[in-house]
Amino acid sequence: MTGAQETNGSPPHVGLFVTCLVDLFRPSVGFASLKLLENAGCKVDVPNAQTCCGQPAYNSGDRKDTRAIAEQVIEAFEAFDYVVAPSGSCASMLRKHYPGLFDGDPKWQARAQSFAAKCHELVSFLTDVMGVSSVDARLEASVTYHDSCSGLRELGVKAQPRALLASMNGIQLKEMGDSEVCCGFGGTFCVKYPDISNHIVGKKTANIEAAETDLLLAGDMGCLMNMAGKLRRQGAATEVRHVAEVLAGLTDTPPIAGRAK
Amino acid sequence: MTAKHNILTRVRTALGSQGEAAGRREVVEARLSGAPRGIVPQRGQLPRNERIDLFRAQAESVNATVETVGDYSELPHSVSRYLRERNLPAAIRMGDDARLGAADWLSERTLEILKGPTDGSDMAGLSHAFAAVAETGTLALTAGGDNPTTLNFLPEYHIVVIHADDVEGDMESIWDRVRTRFGKGEMSRVVNFVTGPSRSGDIEQKILLGAHGPRALHIVVVDPAKDR
Amino acid sequence: MQLTSHKFKSHVSKALVDAQLQKALGNVEKGFIDKRAKAAGALPEFESLRDNAKAIKDHTLANLDLYLETYEARVTAAGGTVHWAETAADARNIVLDICKRRGARTVTKGKSMITEEIGLNDFLSQHDIEPVETDLGEYIIQLRGEHPSHIIAPAVHLNKDQVEGDFRRVHTHLPEFRDLTEPTALLSEAREVLRQRYFEADVGITGANFLVAETGSSVIVTNEGNGDLTQTLGKVHVVVASIEKIVPTLEDTSQILRVLARSATGQDMSVYTTFSTGPKRPDDPDGPEEYHVILLDNGRSSMLGTEYQDMLRCIRCGACMNHCPVYHAVGGHAYGSVYPGPMGAVLTPSLNGIDKAGHLPNASTFCGRCEAVCPMRIPLPKMMRHWREQEFEKHLSARASRYGLGLWAFFARRPKLYRAAVSLAMPLLSRLAGKRHRLGALPLAGGWTDHRDLPAPEGPTFMQQYRKHQASHRP
Repeated sequence: MTGAQETNGSPPHVGLFVTCLVDLFRPSVGFASLKLLENAGCKVDVPNAQTCCGQPAYNSGDRKDTRAIAEQVIEAFEAFDYVVAPSGSCASMLRKHYPGLFDGDPKWQARAQSFAAKCHELVSFLTDVMGVSSVDARLEASVTYHDSCSGLRELGVKAQPRALLASMNGIQLKEMGDSEVCCGFGGTFCVKYPDISNHIVGKKTANIEAAETDLLLAGDMGCLMNMAGKLRRQGAATEVRHVAEVLAGLTDTPPIAGRAK
Repeated sequence: MTAKHNILTRVRTALGSQGEAAGRREVVEARLSGAPRGIVPQRGQLPRNERIDLFRAQAESVNATVETVGDYSELPHSVSRYLRERNLPAAIRMGDDARLGAADWLSERTLEILKGPTDGSDMAGLSHAFAAVAETGTLALTAGGDNPTTLNFLPEYHIVVIHADDVEGDMESIWDRVRTRFGKGEMSRVVNFVTGPSRSGDIEQKILLGAHGPRALHIVVVDPAKDR
Repeated sequence: MQLTSHKFKSHVSKALVDAQLQKALGNVEKGFIDKRAKAAGALPEFESLRDNAKAIKDHTLANLDLYLETYEARVTAAGGTVHWAETAADARNIVLDICKRRGARTVTKGKSMITEEIGLNDFLSQHDIEPVETDLGEYIIQLRGEHPSHIIAPAVHLNKDQVEGDFRRVHTHLPEFRDLTEPTALLSEAREVLRQRYFEADVGITGANFLVAETGSSVIVTNEGNGDLTQTLGKVHVVVASIEKIVPTLEDTSQILRVLARSATGQDMSVYTTFSTGPKRPDDPDGPEEYHVILLDNGRSSMLGTEYQDMLRCIRCGACMNHCPVYHAVGGHAYGSVYPGPMGAVLTPSLNGIDKAGHLPNASTFCGRCEAVCPMRIPLPKMMRHWREQEFEKHLSARASRYGLGLWAFFARRPKLYRAAVSLAMPLLSRLAGKRHRLGALPLAGGWTDHRDLPAPEGPTFMQQYRKHQASHRP
């Protein structure tokens, strides 16, 4: 790995915000994140007092619980130099949405703002903050990449994962049609309006299959579980992984929702 | 008047400003009198000849046809030819615009000249534009006896004459001309900005020309320096 | 129209299996998006024009009272009349009074969403005045007794065969041998029929894209020319516009025009942009004898100064619905409201109450594409979330989801308890899935597993594995 940076001689201290879906469903992504961050020269810790970023409550209009969860996260993580999450959606929650939860409470708002400034999505943190321009990993596969909405539109994650994938050996990136269009997950949306969600993910999987690649990659477990679940239900051939697994060279585990056959 | 009072009271309460905050009024007056231009795209900011070329290219890109003549005296022949080439009746309706009237229309012996607004029975109308916008290939037409508004919309073929000196880079420059002509805060009854012939995409999103207004827009640029 | 947003889910079920509708929606998804991207990309100043357009509207809203007064004074000076209407009913009655005074039997109408909002057509019909929609799309849906499914493309849900059927049903003068299979033939037929109606009409009613305070002008932006014929040929021109349509100056209007057509149809300029100021003048052979503007509040003033104020910047371009995956899936009628799509999801609860329109702000994935393309930079997802908060506070959200959320939040706020629970549950779920690493069905997860498999947990949670890993590596 190239481009590792150090601050004041000591490595930057990163708090890994694992995210609930990685913690519960895909620990491999957590270990891949650890490896990528450590290879980039970070000292990484994983605080115990983490559950979720609060999005389910936030997007359901439950501001009180959201704020309580945000306080918990801030308290657990604010001592770190950086807070990194392997998810554009959760990172954006921490970075873009937490400060607004404390409107009318200047003390907490200031705390949330300085916390927010430290929060990053994993891949863009590696490239944009740590200056990583290549990874030392190999995978003989063709891949296509889905741009998850929050990462793309709220954090500008678009070129970074593609640049790191392009630095790998053996991999071939083929763009699918409409890679920037929502997959229909939308958090609680997918269970509140399952028929619409299904319709949208159906269009997404059609685009994925039309790209005819071995693998589908993305940076958010929610979207990945949605697309993987649909691809497997449809009996499609494309397998699904989080981009961090591939970049870290940790692809021995079965893909998300298992093998195609 | 109670509705007005109630609405304005609700607006003022919502804005948190009871009565007339003098400061706000000053800002508003300044904006109304200063009329700041904002961001004017570079696209139309060109020297005269290039500006006219851009106008032509933009107008053609939205399905207008454009020809250039050197002088108003060429208009009768040009109009006559346009109608003949499209197998249209040799008749044209126009208003009292002196620039159009100055041409020798009798020179086109078979061409019937009709004056005044149209009742919808004319196939072709002739107007003189007030000005034009190169940035978007847009014509600006004002209302009145010189160039009746109905001519802009009812005939199936609309021929519009524009003097090359009246082709501006941007819409903001048209407003300068409007203020010079009609006075600050005053307007011609209508100012019609016309960008190509009428069209609709309402059936299966396919663009079709000639919805309710003209099916064809022909622009004649009068440019004494056309052989530049 | 009758608000039926509470039936959103049943509308959705029908829309998703309507093959004809799905095909028509494909036109939205492809056409509008590509055209907008191309037009925006071709103008280097587009993004800064968006910023300026937003700033102009913000400034106007912050001084709305003053600009409204200036506007009224200018309209009056030009010989026009301004009527103030607090509610939809007030606006309808003002229109009716004008029509009655002129003995009007028919009125022609330019395309206007505001007259849809106030239900003007039904009201006029009830009073024996025939409203004639002249925009091709509006005319088609009027023949069908429908409402617009899109704010700038009202008949976007239909195909040409349906239009032919409607024309044959209503235009009884049409001989059977007349070929109407091509859209051009349909367009000519509508043009012929409507041409006569413009001349017969006593009153022409239009909306307004802008009201210019500086000059007292109303501005309409169209492609067909029907709006101009409506307001030029009628003896009376009535403009119906809501109070937030005000802009300060002609220059300000030009700024916003540069983002309007590009965002809506991908044109640099629409074909006809018309500034109208007062009635016919002595030297003017054309134009209406009377010029009226009805300034309608209908809930706008109560949005000012609230978290929904930004919505008042909306210029009704339709870009938000053109880019919305939910709109693409279900179409405009499913929303059951006058205004569909993301802008409707924010505006409808303001106009009709969140208790009646609760589905609309909820039926969004928050993908953010609407905000990304909104020329006025309206934070639509943020405002939909505000509505969800109001719903939650008023206990209007569904009980099951409230309980589910409450249970989840209880654990999420107690990391130790949460840890204990998931450390048991996840390995269990993983074992249940076995070597397939996915679950085809799961109790209480039907919303998910009806349509897709549930990827199984890998086994113990990350935190379980990480702590174990740390313990074994501790020096």
